[in-house]
Amino acid sequence: MTAFWILAPVMVLAALGVLFVRKAVHAALLLAVVMMSLAVLYAVLEAPFLFAVQIIVYTGAILMLFLFVVMLVGVDASDSVVETIRGQRVIAWVFGLLFGLTMVIALSQVSFSAMGNLADDNAGGNVEGLASLLFSKYVLAFEVTAALLITAALGAMVLAHRERLTPREGQADMAARRMREYAETGKHPGPLPAPGVFARHNAVDTPALLPDGSASEASISRVLAVRGVGRSGPAMAGDIEEIRRQLGIATEADPAADEETPGDTRQGADGEES
Amino acid sequence: METEPFIILSAILFTIGCVGVLVRRNALVVFMCVELMLNASNLALVTFAKANSNLDGQVAAFFVMVVAAAEVVVGLAIIMTIFRTRRSASVDDASLLKY
Repeated sequence: MTAFWILAPVMVLAALGVLFVRKAVHAALLLAVVMMSLAVLYAVLEAPFLFAVQIIVYTGAILMLFLFVVMLVGVDASDSVVETIRGQRVIAWVFGLLFGLTMVIALSQVSFSAMGNLADDNAGGNVEGLASLLFSKYVLAFEVTAALLITAALGAMVLAHRERLTPREGQADMAARRMREYAETGKHPGPLPAPGVFARHNAVDTPALLPDGSASEASISRVLAVRGVGRSGPAMAGDIEEIRRQLGIATEADPAADEETPGDTRQGADGEES
Repeated sequence: METEPFIILSAILFTIGCVGVLVRRNALVVFMCVELMLNASNLALVTFAKANSNLDGQVAAFFVMVVAAAEVVVGLAIIMTIFRTRRSASVDDASLLKY
């Protein structure tokens, strides 16, 4: 019972956290806490097989699947606060609390039998006991489960499959497209510049510097730029000024330093810089 | 060891999951709350298995886990498909059938 009284508050707090955190990744991690605690409670309740299955299937497979989908869905995963139905949130909270209150009151009025003992059923091992039930009394449900799993796997494959509508762009097509873009818009046909490697910063969020001292926006990932975590050109320019001052080099006014660099004409850029 | 605390914990977790489904807008978090409700019912099943001294409740919990795994796979595939076409994981945006 000690394990229960330690884990129960943790589980309730983590479950409440799922309600209140803003990011889906944090919700998934809090759900992992709840599921691991549940696994320990299964072990307390003499269900070692379900303890293992809970950890392997829930925290191992299902939550990893959730995390992968969060990664695929990406930055947009934050919750919107706009209410489409007026007062829906308040009503949901009121009814949810009423529901919980009803359940707790009703359950506390029922007198349950004290915990039994699974020693007889688990005598030959918990897994053996479950298996003898699964393959005798519940064998039909077990077969139906197999059909369900196959259907789910097929359904997921069909839903996640994307038909290729345009022919694949080969190397020759890519070269032709680049040269055409160069002729039309003047976009540089070569590879993009690498991020900057400097004395103070050498991470991928540091843009490379152009010969005039301004930062090349094309040298950092578009995702970083959209998320606003890349080092901006003016910040780099400030750094350069500081280094120059430390070295005692006379700084000349550089009008190009704090201008945004043109030329990042890649298509499909999401635009908005937060 | 008493039975009540486990059942009441299960009820509390189920309620939290229920409120989460109603309150949250992100389809992924709504899905996580559904998982929370399934887990809460599993806890009740395993508790009753021990209270009644037979393994039937554990078998039922096992079947719930299998169904939950299948449901998550299909549900996340649907969320991915919706996100791919509408660029949004919010449950409010998928209201095309309303019009």
